[in-house]
Amino acid sequence: MTSFQPLDVVRKSATVTTAPPPKRDVEVAKLIDVSKCIGCKACQSACLEWNDLKEPVGTNVGVYDNPHDLTPNTWTLMRFTEWENPKSGNLEWLIRKDGCMHCEDPGCLKACPSPGAIVQYANGIVDFQKEHCIGCGYCEKGCPFNIPRISRIDNKAYKCSLCSDRLAIGQQPACAKACPTQAIMFGTKTEMIAQAEKNVGILKSRGFDKAGLYNPPGVGGTHVMYVLHHADQPNLYAGLADNPRISPLIEAWKGVSKYAGMAIIGATALFGALHYLVKGPNEVSGHDEAEAKRLAEGRK
Amino acid sequence: MSTQSDPGAPVKVRRYSGSARLNHWIMAISFVLLLLSGLSLFHPSLFFLSGFFGGGANVRWLHPWIGLVFATGFFLLFLRFLPANLPERTDFTWLGRIGHVLAGRDEYLPEVGKYNAGQKMVFWSQAILVPILLVTGFGLWTPGLEFAEQTFAFKATMDQKRLAALVHAIAAVTAIVIWIIHIYAAIWVRGTMGAMTRGTVTGGWGWRHHRRWLKDEVADGRVENKKPSPAE
Ligand code: HEM
Ligand code: SF4
Repeated sequence: MTSFQPLDVVRKSATVTTAPPPKRDVEVAKLIDVSKCIGCKACQSACLEWNDLKEPVGTNVGVYDNPHDLTPNTWTLMRFTEWENPKSGNLEWLIRKDGCMHCEDPGCLKACPSPGAIVQYANGIVDFQKEHCIGCGYCEKGCPFNIPRISRIDNKAYKCSLCSDRLAIGQQPACAKACPTQAIMFGTKTEMIAQAEKNVGILKSRGFDKAGLYNPPGVGGTHVMYVLHHADQPNLYAGLADNPRISPLIEAWKGVSKYAGMAIIGATALFGALHYLVKGPNEVSGHDEAEAKRLAEGRK
Repeated sequence: MSTQSDPGAPVKVRRYSGSARLNHWIMAISFVLLLLSGLSLFHPSLFFLSGFFGGGANVRWLHPWIGLVFATGFFLLFLRFLPANLPERTDFTWLGRIGHVLAGRDEYLPEVGKYNAGQKMVFWSQAILVPILLVTGFGLWTPGLEFAEQTFAFKATMDQKRLAALVHAIAAVTAIVIWIIHIYAAIWVRGTMGAMTRGTVTGGWGWRHHRRWLKDEVADGRVENKKPSPAE
Protein backbone atom coordinates (compact mmCIF):
# COMPACT_ATOMS: atom_id res chain seq x y z
CA MET A 1 0.00 0.00 0.00
CA THR A 2 2.86 2.34 0.56
CA SER A 3 6.41 3.14 -0.35
CA PHE A 4 7.60 3.80 3.17
CA GLN A 5 10.34 1.47 4.38
CA PRO A 6 10.34 -0.72 7.52
CA LEU A 7 12.73 1.69 9.21
CA ASP A 8 10.14 4.46 8.88
CA VAL A 9 7.83 2.54 11.23
CA VAL A 10 7.85 3.65 14.86
CA ARG A 11 4.90 1.61 16.13
CA LYS A 12 3.24 -1.62 15.07
CA SER A 13 0.00 -3.25 16.24
CA ALA A 14 0.24 -6.36 18.46
CA THR A 15 4.02 -6.12 18.51
CA VAL A 16 6.19 -5.60 21.53
CA THR A 17 9.13 -3.47 20.51
CA THR A 18 12.22 -4.23 22.56
CA ALA A 19 14.74 -2.26 20.51
CA PRO A 20 14.78 1.49 21.18
CA PRO A 21 12.16 3.11 18.95
CA PRO A 22 13.58 4.57 15.76
CA LYS A 23 14.13 8.31 15.74
CA ARG A 24 11.03 10.33 15.01
CA ASP A 25 11.08 12.11 11.70
CA VAL A 26 9.70 15.56 11.11
CA GLU A 27 6.02 15.15 11.90
CA VAL A 28 3.58 16.04 9.16
CA ALA A 29 0.03 17.33 9.52
CA LYS A 30 -3.01 18.20 7.49
CA LEU A 31 -4.80 21.35 8.57
CA ILE A 32 -8.46 21.78 7.65
CA ASP A 33 -9.88 25.27 8.10
CA VAL A 34 -13.61 24.53 8.16
CA SER A 35 -14.41 28.23 7.79
CA LYS A 36 -12.89 28.21 4.32
CA CYS A 37 -14.67 25.07 3.11
CA ILE A 38 -17.38 25.64 0.50
CA GLY A 39 -18.60 22.03 0.57
CA CYS A 40 -17.71 21.31 -3.04
CA LYS A 41 -16.48 17.78 -2.25
CA ALA A 42 -13.51 18.05 -4.60
CA CYS A 43 -11.47 16.42 -1.82
CA GLN A 44 -13.91 13.54 -1.60
CA SER A 45 -13.67 12.96 -5.35
CA ALA A 46 -9.89 13.30 -5.35
CA CYS A 47 -9.69 10.70 -2.58
CA LEU A 48 -11.80 8.22 -4.56
CA GLU A 49 -9.81 8.89 -7.69
CA TRP A 50 -6.31 8.66 -6.24
CA ASN A 51 -7.09 5.57 -4.20
CA ASP A 52 -9.00 3.97 -7.06
CA LEU A 53 -12.19 3.55 -5.03
CA LYS A 54 -15.82 3.56 -6.14
CA GLU A 55 -18.83 4.31 -4.02
CA PRO A 56 -22.07 2.79 -5.32
CA VAL A 57 -24.80 5.31 -6.12
CA GLY A 58 -26.86 5.74 -2.94
CA THR A 59 -30.23 7.19 -2.06
CA ASN A 60 -31.06 10.85 -1.52
CA VAL A 61 -32.74 11.46 1.81
CA GLY A 62 -32.69 15.24 1.51
CA VAL A 63 -29.30 16.03 3.02
CA TYR A 64 -26.00 16.97 1.43
CA ASP A 65 -24.01 14.19 3.11
CA ASN A 66 -23.26 11.72 0.35
CA PRO A 67 -22.82 8.86 1.10
CA HIS A 68 -24.54 8.98 4.49
CA ASP A 69 -21.52 7.70 6.38
CA LEU A 70 -17.90 6.73 5.93
CA THR A 71 -17.62 3.37 4.16
CA PRO A 72 -14.79 1.03 3.17
CA ASN A 73 -14.62 3.10 -0.05
CA THR A 74 -15.32 6.58 1.29
CA TRP A 75 -12.34 7.43 3.45
CA THR A 76 -13.27 11.07 3.72
CA LEU A 77 -16.77 12.51 3.91
CA MET A 78 -18.11 16.04 4.02
CA ARG A 79 -20.57 16.30 6.89
CA PHE A 80 -23.04 19.20 6.78
CA THR A 81 -24.70 20.75 9.83
CA GLU A 82 -27.23 23.58 9.88
CA TRP A 83 -26.88 25.44 13.14
CA GLU A 84 -28.72 28.48 14.41
CA ASN A 85 -26.26 30.56 16.39
CA PRO A 86 -28.23 31.63 19.48
CA LYS A 87 -26.02 34.71 19.97
CA SER A 88 -26.26 36.18 16.49
CA GLY A 89 -29.47 34.51 15.39
CA ASN A 90 -27.66 33.58 12.17
CA LEU A 91 -28.09 30.26 10.44
CA GLU A 92 -24.60 28.81 10.08
CA TRP A 93 -23.75 26.09 7.64
CA LEU A 94 -21.00 24.07 9.28
CA ILE A 95 -19.13 21.76 6.95
CA ARG A 96 -16.57 19.34 8.28
CA LYS A 97 -14.37 17.02 6.30
CA ASP A 98 -14.54 13.80 8.33
CA GLY A 99 -11.89 11.10 8.16
CA CYS A 100 -8.97 9.61 10.04
CA MET A 101 -7.32 12.08 12.42
CA HIS A 102 -4.00 10.19 12.55
CA CYS A 103 -3.76 10.34 16.35
CA GLU A 104 -0.37 10.46 17.99
CA ASP A 105 -1.78 7.82 20.39
CA PRO A 106 -3.84 5.67 18.00
CA GLY A 107 -6.67 3.64 19.57
CA CYS A 108 -6.99 1.44 16.47
CA LEU A 109 -3.36 0.41 16.69
CA LYS A 110 -3.68 -0.40 20.38
CA ALA A 111 -6.77 -2.53 19.81
CA CYS A 112 -5.53 -4.45 16.75
CA PRO A 113 -4.61 -8.08 17.53
CA SER A 114 -2.76 -8.78 14.27
CA PRO A 115 0.96 -7.99 14.30
CA GLY A 116 1.79 -5.23 11.84
CA ALA A 117 -1.74 -4.72 10.49
CA ILE A 118 -1.60 -1.13 11.75
CA VAL A 119 1.63 0.85 11.82
CA GLN A 120 2.61 4.36 12.74
CA TYR A 121 5.31 5.99 10.68
CA ALA A 122 8.03 8.25 11.99
CA ASN A 123 6.20 11.21 10.43
CA GLY A 124 3.10 10.45 12.52
CA ILE A 125 0.89 8.81 9.90
CA VAL A 126 -1.17 5.84 11.09
CA ASP A 127 -1.54 3.36 8.25
CA PHE A 128 -3.37 0.05 7.75
CA GLN A 129 -1.36 -2.76 6.15
CA LYS A 130 -3.98 -4.70 4.26
CA GLU A 131 -1.96 -7.90 3.90
CA HIS A 132 -1.75 -8.36 7.68
CA CYS A 133 -5.36 -7.35 8.44
CA ILE A 134 -7.64 -10.21 9.52
CA GLY A 135 -10.87 -8.19 9.49
CA CYS A 136 -11.73 -8.65 13.16
CA GLY A 137 -13.07 -5.10 13.59
CA TYR A 138 -11.15 -4.42 16.82
CA CYS A 139 -9.80 -1.17 15.29
CA GLU A 140 -13.38 0.14 14.92
CA LYS A 141 -13.81 -0.30 18.67
CA GLY A 142 -10.44 1.22 19.51
CA CYS A 143 -10.98 4.39 17.45
CA PRO A 144 -12.23 7.42 19.45
CA PHE A 145 -13.46 9.06 16.20
CA ASN A 146 -15.45 6.14 14.70
CA ILE A 147 -13.40 6.06 11.49
CA PRO A 148 -12.31 2.56 10.35
CA ARG A 149 -14.78 0.51 8.31
CA ILE A 150 -14.56 -3.23 7.57
CA SER A 151 -15.32 -4.22 3.99
CA ARG A 152 -17.85 -7.02 3.78
CA ILE A 153 -16.35 -7.92 0.41
CA ASP A 154 -12.74 -8.65 1.32
CA ASN A 155 -13.04 -8.44 5.14
CA LYS A 156 -10.29 -5.85 5.48
CA ALA A 157 -10.30 -2.58 7.40
CA TYR A 158 -10.12 0.70 5.48
CA LYS A 159 -9.56 4.35 6.31
CA CYS A 160 -7.64 7.42 5.12
CA SER A 161 -3.92 6.70 4.72
CA LEU A 162 -3.07 10.41 4.64
CA CYS A 163 -1.89 9.45 1.14
CA SER A 164 1.20 7.86 2.65
CA ASP A 165 2.03 6.57 -0.83
CA ARG A 166 2.00 10.12 -2.25
CA LEU A 167 3.97 11.53 0.67
CA ALA A 168 6.65 8.87 0.23
CA ILE A 169 7.39 10.35 -3.19
CA GLY A 170 7.18 13.95 -2.07
CA GLN A 171 3.58 14.71 -3.06
CA GLN A 172 0.94 16.24 -0.83
CA PRO A 173 -2.29 14.34 -0.06
CA ALA A 174 -4.75 14.17 -2.95
CA CYS A 175 -7.50 16.00 -1.04
CA ALA A 176 -5.22 18.94 -0.17
CA LYS A 177 -4.11 19.19 -3.79
CA ALA A 178 -7.70 19.20 -5.06
CA CYS A 179 -9.12 21.75 -2.60
CA PRO A 180 -9.92 24.98 -4.54
CA THR A 181 -10.04 27.28 -1.48
CA GLN A 182 -7.00 26.03 0.44
CA ALA A 183 -9.27 24.94 3.25
CA ILE A 184 -7.07 21.83 3.31
CA MET A 185 -3.39 22.58 3.89
CA PHE A 186 -0.50 20.23 4.33
CA GLY A 187 3.00 20.59 5.80
CA THR A 188 5.03 19.82 8.85
CA LYS A 189 3.10 19.78 12.09
CA THR A 190 4.98 22.87 13.33
CA GLU A 191 4.20 24.76 10.14
CA MET A 192 0.56 23.80 10.30
CA ILE A 193 0.23 24.94 13.92
CA ALA A 194 1.75 28.28 12.94
CA GLN A 195 -0.60 28.47 9.96
CA ALA A 196 -3.55 27.69 12.22
CA GLU A 197 -2.62 30.60 14.50
CA LYS A 198 -2.83 32.96 11.55
CA ASN A 199 -6.18 31.58 10.42
CA VAL A 200 -7.57 31.70 13.95
CA GLY A 201 -6.42 35.32 14.22
CA ILE A 202 -8.33 36.20 11.06
CA LEU A 203 -11.46 34.47 12.35
CA LYS A 204 -11.22 36.29 15.67
CA SER A 205 -10.89 39.61 13.88
CA ARG A 206 -14.10 38.71 12.07
CA GLY A 207 -15.91 38.29 15.40
CA PHE A 208 -15.53 34.54 16.00
CA ASP A 209 -14.02 35.08 19.42
CA LYS A 210 -14.13 31.34 20.22
CA ALA A 211 -12.18 30.36 17.09
CA GLY A 212 -9.33 27.95 17.71
CA LEU A 213 -7.27 24.95 16.72
CA TYR A 214 -8.56 21.41 17.23
CA ASN A 215 -5.54 19.26 18.09
CA PRO A 216 -6.99 17.20 20.96
CA PRO A 217 -4.49 16.40 23.75
CA GLY A 218 -6.53 13.37 24.91
CA VAL A 219 -5.07 11.36 22.04
CA GLY A 220 -1.65 13.02 22.21
CA GLY A 221 -2.59 15.47 19.46
CA THR A 222 -3.49 14.55 15.90
CA HIS A 223 -1.85 14.74 12.50
CA VAL A 224 -5.07 16.00 10.99
CA MET A 225 -6.17 19.20 12.70
CA TYR A 226 -9.09 21.57 12.28
CA VAL A 227 -9.43 25.30 12.54
CA LEU A 228 -12.93 25.73 14.00
CA HIS A 229 -14.86 28.98 14.34
CA HIS A 230 -16.51 27.52 17.46
CA ALA A 231 -13.58 25.67 18.97
CA ASP A 232 -15.35 25.71 22.34
CA GLN A 233 -18.06 23.43 20.89
CA PRO A 234 -16.47 20.86 18.54
CA ASN A 235 -19.60 18.77 18.91
CA LEU A 236 -21.51 21.26 16.72
CA TYR A 237 -19.57 20.01 13.72
CA ALA A 238 -21.56 16.83 13.06
CA GLY A 239 -20.64 15.36 16.44
CA LEU A 240 -16.89 15.93 16.44
CA ALA A 241 -15.67 14.57 19.79
CA ASP A 242 -15.30 17.37 22.38
CA ASN A 243 -12.64 15.54 24.33
CA PRO A 244 -11.56 12.44 22.43
CA ARG A 245 -9.54 9.76 24.19
CA ILE A 246 -9.14 6.03 23.93
CA SER A 247 -12.13 4.57 25.79
CA PRO A 248 -11.33 3.32 29.31
CA LEU A 249 -13.08 0.09 28.26
CA ILE A 250 -10.47 -0.37 25.53
CA GLU A 251 -7.64 0.54 27.91
CA ALA A 252 -8.91 -2.08 30.40
CA TRP A 253 -9.43 -4.68 27.68
CA LYS A 254 -6.02 -4.18 26.10
CA GLY A 255 -4.22 -3.50 29.37
CA VAL A 256 -5.02 -5.05 32.72
CA SER A 257 -7.29 -7.81 31.36
CA LYS A 258 -4.41 -9.18 29.24
CA TYR A 259 -1.78 -9.20 31.99
CA ALA A 260 -4.16 -10.42 34.69
CA GLY A 261 -5.68 -12.98 32.32
CA MET A 262 -2.34 -14.48 31.30
CA ALA A 263 -1.17 -14.50 34.93
CA ILE A 264 -4.33 -16.19 36.24
CA ILE A 265 -4.32 -18.87 33.54
CA GLY A 266 -0.63 -19.52 34.15
CA ALA A 267 -1.06 -19.63 37.93
CA THR A 268 -3.90 -22.17 37.67
CA ALA A 269 -1.87 -24.45 35.42
CA LEU A 270 1.14 -24.10 37.72
CA PHE A 271 -0.99 -24.90 40.77
CA GLY A 272 -2.18 -28.09 39.06
CA ALA A 273 1.36 -29.16 38.21
CA LEU A 274 2.63 -28.48 41.74
CA HIS A 275 -0.36 -30.20 43.34
CA TYR A 276 0.33 -33.30 41.28
CA LEU A 277 4.03 -33.27 42.11
CA VAL A 278 3.38 -32.92 45.83
CA LYS A 279 0.28 -35.09 46.28
CA GLY A 280 0.55 -37.59 43.45
CA PRO A 281 -2.53 -39.12 41.86
CA ASN A 282 -5.68 -39.90 43.82
CA GLU A 283 -5.89 -43.63 43.25
CA VAL A 284 -8.68 -46.13 43.85
CA SER A 285 -7.41 -48.81 46.26
CA GLY A 286 -7.96 -52.54 46.17
CA HIS A 287 -10.00 -52.06 49.32
CA ASP A 288 -12.35 -49.67 47.47
CA GLU A 289 -12.82 -52.24 44.70
CA ALA A 290 -13.47 -55.02 47.20
CA GLU A 291 -16.06 -52.91 49.01
CA ALA A 292 -17.78 -52.12 45.72
CA LYS A 293 -17.84 -55.79 44.80
CA ARG A 294 -19.34 -56.68 48.17
CA LEU A 295 -22.00 -54.01 47.66
CA ALA A 296 -22.78 -55.14 44.11
CA GLU A 297 -23.09 -58.76 45.16
CA GLY A 298 -25.45 -57.80 47.94
CA ARG A 299 -23.22 -59.20 50.72
CA LYS A 300 -23.24 -57.42 54.06
CA MET B 1 -19.82 -59.58 30.62
CA SER B 2 -16.56 -61.47 30.42
CA THR B 3 -15.38 -59.94 33.68
CA GLN B 4 -17.95 -62.08 35.51
CA SER B 5 -15.77 -65.14 35.29
CA ASP B 6 -12.74 -63.28 36.66
CA PRO B 7 -13.03 -62.79 40.42
CA GLY B 8 -10.12 -60.31 40.49
CA ALA B 9 -11.56 -57.87 37.96
CA PRO B 10 -13.34 -54.85 39.44
CA VAL B 11 -17.05 -54.29 39.02
CA LYS B 12 -17.86 -52.07 36.06
CA VAL B 13 -20.47 -49.39 36.55
CA ARG B 14 -22.09 -47.51 33.70
CA ARG B 15 -21.73 -43.75 34.16
CA TYR B 16 -22.54 -42.15 30.79
CA SER B 17 -24.58 -43.24 27.79
CA GLY B 18 -23.14 -43.04 24.30
CA SER B 19 -25.16 -39.94 23.44
CA ALA B 20 -24.03 -38.15 26.64
CA ARG B 21 -20.42 -38.88 25.74
CA LEU B 22 -20.91 -37.75 22.14
CA ASN B 23 -22.46 -34.53 23.42
CA HIS B 24 -19.58 -34.01 25.83
CA TRP B 25 -16.89 -34.70 23.20
CA ILE B 26 -18.43 -32.28 20.70
CA MET B 27 -18.24 -29.66 23.43
CA ALA B 28 -14.74 -30.65 24.49
CA ILE B 29 -13.33 -30.46 20.97
CA SER B 30 -15.07 -27.20 20.15
CA PHE B 31 -13.92 -25.71 23.46
CA VAL B 32 -10.28 -26.52 22.73
CA LEU B 33 -10.62 -25.01 19.25
CA LEU B 34 -12.24 -21.90 20.75
CA LEU B 35 -9.50 -21.66 23.33
CA LEU B 36 -6.73 -21.86 20.72
CA SER B 37 -8.38 -19.51 18.24
CA GLY B 38 -9.55 -17.07 20.92
CA LEU B 39 -6.21 -16.91 22.69
CA SER B 40 -4.41 -16.24 19.39
CA LEU B 41 -6.20 -12.88 19.30
CA PHE B 42 -6.00 -12.35 23.04
CA HIS B 43 -2.32 -11.54 23.29
CA PRO B 44 0.37 -10.81 20.68
CA SER B 45 2.63 -13.48 22.19
CA LEU B 46 -0.05 -16.07 21.38
CA PHE B 47 -0.80 -14.88 17.84
CA PHE B 48 1.24 -17.83 16.51
CA LEU B 49 -1.67 -20.09 17.60
CA SER B 50 -3.57 -18.73 14.60
CA GLY B 51 -1.19 -20.88 12.52
CA PHE B 52 -3.19 -23.97 13.56
CA PHE B 53 -6.14 -22.52 11.68
CA GLY B 54 -4.22 -21.31 8.65
CA GLY B 55 -3.84 -17.69 9.74
CA GLY B 56 -5.61 -14.89 11.55
CA ALA B 57 -8.27 -14.33 8.90
CA ASN B 58 -9.45 -17.93 9.31
CA VAL B 59 -9.49 -17.52 13.07
CA ARG B 60 -11.66 -14.44 12.69
CA TRP B 61 -14.44 -16.23 10.81
CA LEU B 62 -14.07 -19.74 12.27
CA HIS B 63 -14.09 -18.87 15.97
CA PRO B 64 -17.66 -17.54 16.10
CA TRP B 65 -19.05 -20.52 14.18
CA ILE B 66 -17.27 -22.98 16.48
CA GLY B 67 -18.72 -20.88 19.30
CA LEU B 68 -22.22 -21.60 18.02
CA VAL B 69 -21.51 -25.35 17.91
CA PHE B 70 -20.11 -25.14 21.42
CA ALA B 71 -23.00 -23.12 22.82
CA THR B 72 -25.55 -25.50 21.30
CA GLY B 73 -23.65 -28.48 22.72
CA PHE B 74 -23.50 -26.84 26.11
CA PHE B 75 -27.21 -26.07 26.12
CA LEU B 76 -28.07 -29.72 25.44
CA LEU B 77 -25.60 -30.95 28.05
CA PHE B 78 -26.96 -28.44 30.53
CA LEU B 79 -30.48 -29.85 30.22
CA ARG B 80 -29.20 -33.41 30.38
CA PHE B 81 -27.03 -32.94 33.48
CA LEU B 82 -29.17 -30.38 35.29
CA PRO B 83 -31.08 -32.77 37.61
CA ALA B 84 -27.89 -34.32 38.99
CA ASN B 85 -26.29 -30.91 39.55
CA LEU B 86 -28.88 -29.33 41.83
CA PRO B 87 -27.25 -28.15 45.05
CA GLU B 88 -27.89 -30.08 48.27
CA ARG B 89 -26.88 -29.88 51.91
CA THR B 90 -23.88 -32.27 51.66
CA ASP B 91 -22.31 -29.96 49.07
CA PHE B 92 -21.58 -27.45 51.81
CA THR B 93 -20.11 -30.10 54.10
CA TRP B 94 -17.95 -31.23 51.19
CA LEU B 95 -16.80 -27.68 50.46
CA GLY B 96 -16.09 -27.11 54.14
CA ARG B 97 -13.63 -30.00 53.97
CA ILE B 98 -11.86 -28.76 50.85
CA GLY B 99 -8.52 -29.40 52.59
CA HIS B 100 -9.27 -33.13 52.70
CA VAL B 101 -10.43 -32.96 49.07
CA LEU B 102 -7.13 -31.48 47.92
CA ALA B 103 -5.19 -33.97 50.05
CA GLY B 104 -7.06 -36.86 48.44
CA ARG B 105 -8.45 -38.06 51.80
CA ASP B 106 -11.85 -39.14 50.47
CA GLU B 107 -12.53 -41.12 53.67
CA TYR B 108 -13.11 -37.82 55.52
CA LEU B 109 -15.68 -36.58 53.02
CA PRO B 110 -19.43 -37.08 53.12
CA GLU B 111 -20.88 -39.68 50.75
CA VAL B 112 -21.73 -37.81 47.55
CA GLY B 113 -24.17 -38.51 44.77
CA LYS B 114 -23.41 -38.44 41.06
CA TYR B 115 -21.57 -35.13 41.38
CA ASN B 116 -19.62 -33.57 44.21
CA ALA B 117 -19.76 -29.87 45.01
CA GLY B 118 -16.64 -29.16 42.94
CA GLN B 119 -18.13 -30.75 39.85
CA LYS B 120 -21.37 -28.88 40.43
CA MET B 121 -19.44 -25.62 40.64
CA VAL B 122 -17.79 -26.36 37.29
CA PHE B 123 -21.25 -27.05 35.87
CA TRP B 124 -22.83 -23.88 37.23
CA SER B 125 -19.97 -21.52 36.43
CA GLN B 126 -19.99 -22.69 32.82
CA ALA B 127 -23.78 -22.36 32.83
CA ILE B 128 -23.29 -18.68 33.63
CA LEU B 129 -20.23 -18.09 31.44
CA VAL B 130 -21.42 -19.73 28.21
CA PRO B 131 -24.46 -17.44 27.76
CA ILE B 132 -22.21 -14.45 28.55
CA LEU B 133 -19.66 -15.62 25.97
CA LEU B 134 -22.43 -16.19 23.44
CA VAL B 135 -24.00 -12.74 23.84
CA THR B 136 -20.70 -10.83 23.96
CA GLY B 137 -19.36 -13.01 21.13
CA PHE B 138 -22.25 -11.87 18.97
CA GLY B 139 -21.39 -8.29 19.89
CA LEU B 140 -17.90 -8.77 18.42
CA TRP B 141 -18.95 -10.68 15.35
CA THR B 142 -19.43 -8.30 12.40
CA PRO B 143 -21.86 -10.42 10.32
CA GLY B 144 -23.41 -12.03 13.40
CA LEU B 145 -24.14 -8.69 15.00
CA GLU B 146 -25.61 -7.35 11.76
CA PHE B 147 -27.91 -10.37 11.65
CA ALA B 148 -28.90 -9.97 15.31
CA GLU B 149 -29.54 -6.25 14.82
CA GLN B 150 -31.82 -6.92 11.87
CA THR B 151 -33.62 -9.79 13.57
CA PHE B 152 -34.23 -8.03 16.86
CA ALA B 153 -34.46 -4.44 15.50
CA PHE B 154 -31.82 -2.73 17.61
CA LYS B 155 -28.51 -0.99 17.04
CA ALA B 156 -25.56 -1.73 19.29
CA THR B 157 -23.64 1.39 20.34
CA MET B 158 -19.87 1.55 20.07
CA ASP B 159 -19.52 1.51 23.85
CA GLN B 160 -21.65 -1.64 24.03
CA LYS B 161 -19.31 -3.29 21.52
CA ARG B 162 -16.29 -2.18 23.55
CA LEU B 163 -17.87 -3.60 26.68
CA ALA B 164 -18.60 -6.82 24.81
CA ALA B 165 -14.90 -7.14 23.94
CA LEU B 166 -13.81 -6.60 27.54
CA VAL B 167 -16.43 -8.93 29.01
CA HIS B 168 -15.79 -11.62 26.38
CA ALA B 169 -12.10 -11.60 27.23
CA ILE B 170 -12.73 -11.76 31.00
CA ALA B 171 -15.38 -14.49 30.65
CA ALA B 172 -13.06 -16.47 28.35
CA VAL B 173 -10.20 -16.30 30.85
CA THR B 174 -12.55 -17.45 33.64
CA ALA B 175 -13.90 -20.29 31.48
CA ILE B 176 -10.36 -21.38 30.63
CA VAL B 177 -9.33 -21.37 34.31
CA ILE B 178 -12.34 -23.53 35.18
CA TRP B 179 -11.57 -25.78 32.23
CA ILE B 180 -8.00 -26.28 33.50
CA ILE B 181 -9.36 -27.25 36.93
CA HIS B 182 -11.88 -29.59 35.27
CA ILE B 183 -9.20 -31.34 33.18
CA TYR B 184 -6.78 -31.52 36.08
CA ALA B 185 -9.37 -33.12 38.35
CA ALA B 186 -10.09 -35.74 35.69
CA ILE B 187 -6.38 -36.57 35.44
CA TRP B 188 -5.63 -36.40 39.16
CA VAL B 189 -8.56 -38.57 40.23
CA ARG B 190 -7.47 -41.82 38.62
CA GLY B 191 -10.12 -43.84 36.82
CA THR B 192 -12.20 -40.81 35.86
CA MET B 193 -11.31 -40.65 32.17
CA GLY B 194 -13.01 -43.98 31.49
CA ALA B 195 -16.32 -42.31 32.30
CA MET B 196 -16.00 -40.21 29.13
CA THR B 197 -14.03 -42.61 26.93
CA ARG B 198 -15.78 -45.94 27.57
CA GLY B 199 -18.75 -44.69 29.56
CA THR B 200 -17.89 -46.84 32.58
CA VAL B 201 -15.99 -46.52 35.84
CA THR B 202 -14.99 -49.22 38.28
CA GLY B 203 -17.08 -49.91 41.32
CA GLY B 204 -14.13 -48.97 43.50
CA TRP B 205 -14.02 -45.52 41.87
CA GLY B 206 -17.69 -45.11 42.67
CA TRP B 207 -17.19 -46.40 46.23
CA ARG B 208 -14.30 -44.00 46.84
CA HIS B 209 -15.61 -40.82 45.21
CA HIS B 210 -19.39 -41.11 44.69
CA ARG B 211 -20.57 -43.66 47.22
CA ARG B 212 -24.17 -42.50 47.41
CA TRP B 213 -24.43 -42.64 43.64
CA LEU B 214 -22.95 -46.17 43.60
CA LYS B 215 -25.36 -47.34 46.29
CA ASP B 216 -28.30 -45.92 44.33
CA GLU B 217 -27.12 -47.60 41.15
CA VAL B 218 -26.81 -50.94 42.96
CA ALA B 219 -30.14 -50.52 44.73
CA ASP B 220 -31.88 -49.73 41.44
CA GLY B 221 -30.36 -52.84 39.86
CA ARG B 222 -28.24 -50.92 37.38
CA VAL B 223 -25.01 -52.65 38.43
CA GLU B 224 -24.57 -56.23 37.30
CA ASN B 225 -24.59 -58.70 40.17
CA LYS B 226 -21.29 -60.54 40.05
CA LYS B 227 -22.39 -63.66 41.99
CA PRO B 228 -22.79 -66.48 39.48
CA SER B 229 -26.34 -67.67 39.78
CA PRO B 230 -26.65 -71.39 40.68
CA ALA B 231 -28.84 -72.02 37.64
CA GLU B 232 -25.99 -71.37 35.24
C1 HEM C 1 -20.19 -19.09 22.74
C2 HEM C 1 -19.97 -18.61 21.56
C3 HEM C 1 -18.83 -17.72 21.19
C4 HEM C 1 -18.89 -16.77 20.21
C5 HEM C 1 -20.08 -16.46 19.31
C6 HEM C 1 -17.60 -16.11 20.17
C7 HEM C 1 -17.25 -15.07 19.32
C8 HEM C 1 -16.07 -14.35 19.35
C9 HEM C 1 -15.74 -13.29 18.45
C10 HEM C 1 -16.63 -12.79 17.32
C11 HEM C 1 -14.50 -12.85 18.78
C12 HEM C 1 -13.72 -11.74 18.08
C13 HEM C 1 -12.74 -12.34 17.13
C14 HEM C 1 -13.42 -12.99 15.95
O1 HEM C 1 -14.11 -12.29 15.19
O2 HEM C 1 -13.25 -14.20 15.81
C15 HEM C 1 -14.05 -13.63 19.91
C16 HEM C 1 -12.84 -13.46 20.56
C17 HEM C 1 -12.39 -14.29 21.58
N1 HEM C 1 -13.03 -15.42 22.07
FE1 HEM C 1 -14.89 -16.01 21.61
N2 HEM C 1 -16.77 -16.66 21.11
C18 HEM C 1 -17.48 -17.66 21.76
C19 HEM C 1 -17.01 -18.51 22.77
C20 HEM C 1 -15.74 -18.45 23.30
C21 HEM C 1 -15.22 -19.37 24.31
C22 HEM C 1 -15.98 -20.54 24.93
C23 HEM C 1 -13.95 -18.97 24.58
C24 HEM C 1 -12.98 -19.56 25.57
C25 HEM C 1 -12.38 -20.67 25.39
C26 HEM C 1 -13.67 -17.81 23.76
C27 HEM C 1 -12.49 -17.11 23.78
C28 HEM C 1 -12.23 -15.97 23.06
C29 HEM C 1 -11.06 -15.17 23.24
C30 HEM C 1 -9.91 -15.42 24.23
C31 HEM C 1 -11.15 -14.12 22.31
C32 HEM C 1 -10.14 -13.01 22.10
C33 HEM C 1 -10.55 -11.87 22.98
C34 HEM C 1 -9.56 -10.74 22.92
O3 HEM C 1 -9.09 -10.41 21.82
O4 HEM C 1 -9.28 -10.19 23.98
N3 HEM C 1 -14.77 -17.52 22.98
N4 HEM C 1 -15.03 -14.54 20.24
S1 SF4 D 1 -9.75 -5.30 11.33
FE1 SF4 D 1 -7.62 -5.46 10.63
S2 SF4 D 1 -6.68 -3.49 11.13
FE2 SF4 D 1 -8.62 -3.60 12.27
S3 SF4 D 1 -8.01 -4.43 14.27
FE3 SF4 D 1 -8.59 -6.22 13.04
S4 SF4 D 1 -6.66 -6.90 12.08
FE4 SF4 D 1 -6.28 -4.83 12.89
